[in-house]
Amino acid sequence: MGEFLIILVSAILVNNFVLARFLGICPFLGVSKKTDTALGMGMAVTFVMTLASIFTNLIYNQVLIPFHLEYLQIVTFILIIASLVQLVETVLRKTSPALYHALGIYLPLITTNCAILGLALLNIIKNYDLVRSIVFALGAGIGFTLALLIMSGMRERLEFADVPKVLRGVPIALIVAGLLSMAFMGFSGLVKM
Amino acid sequence: MSVISEFTKGLVKENPLLRLVLGLCPALAVTTMAINGVAMGLATTAVLVGSNLVISILRRFIPAQVRIPVFIVIIASFVTIIDMVMAGYFYELHQVLGLFIPLIVVNCIILGRAEAFASRHPVLLSLADGLGMGLGFTLALIILGSVREILGNGTIFGVSIFASGFEPALIMLLPPGAFLALGHLLGLMNKLTKVEES
Repeated sequence: MGEFLIILVSAILVNNFVLARFLGICPFLGVSKKTDTALGMGMAVTFVMTLASIFTNLIYNQVLIPFHLEYLQIVTFILIIASLVQLVETVLRKTSPALYHALGIYLPLITTNCAILGLALLNIIKNYDLVRSIVFALGAGIGFTLALLIMSGMRERLEFADVPKVLRGVPIALIVAGLLSMAFMGFSGLVKM
Repeated sequence: MSVISEFTKGLVKENPLLRLVLGLCPALAVTTMAINGVAMGLATTAVLVGSNLVISILRRFIPAQVRIPVFIVIIASFVTIIDMVMAGYFYELHQVLGLFIPLIVVNCIILGRAEAFASRHPVLLSLADGLGMGLGFTLALIILGSVREILGNGTIFGVSIFASGFEPALIMLLPPGAFLALGHLLGLMNKLTKVEES
């Protein structure tokens, strides 16, 4: 139990996917202008991350390793993620239109989100079994959502701030993200891995 | 529409990182040292040139409905090749760049050029476009890497440039430094191009 908690806390706070590992920066800057879209994106990413983590782990250990096809890892993983995103989109549209409308526009964007592929590869590098990779995926998803939510709150305030002309838009967002990342560094040392 | 102009547009005018703001994840993650920027940039360039070439050759045979999955598989194959070559010949750099070599697959620059350029233009122009965009990205990574290495470590490409009294700001090598450096660089780029326009 303790180990799962360590994986979870470390993925959310200490090695936050966005602010410490630099994974998923594009959606982090792209959809963090409003709090509710940030929450939608965060939920969609967490959902796909957990599914992708299960499927890539199973296929890597049950198919690629027995047949000595580890070198196909990158191609296989990206195809799994792309089909998974498509599947989730189709299923959601049929079964839960409300959720589909909430997440709808973010789903296609997730295929090229490096946080998902990064997570699948990290699971293999860290040698996590199925349960550990699910816990890691949940932690990574929650961490991503947390970073996105805090950032969106700050950017809503930024709208009213008097930012120098040359820094408006992406530059000031990056500088704010730097300050946020500095704040998150306060968590380092919380977990000894 | 000459080969030269397709090549040069990626260097400054449409620089993928500094003007179009694409490929942020590797740009922020690996640029703790200028040399890492060179390695990451050249690896991306190799993938970009290869995928642009193949996609441009096959552009008449790829059905429009399934083009994105086809592009992704082509890109992923080139990334696998680069990953293996780097692991074999540049083991230390491969260890440093780590996760971000396989992650070239999801670098928006590469899929973006495949979709916007290589799938619509002949082979030679696509090659020039891939090479220009790739070198533009490399250039931006070297600038970002140099800024962080000079401020955070007092060296550039491993050569010490300050007198012994200089105290490097370690923060520039840590994650916050990456965000701060790139934010200010983009601001500077805005400032410079404003001057050019007026």
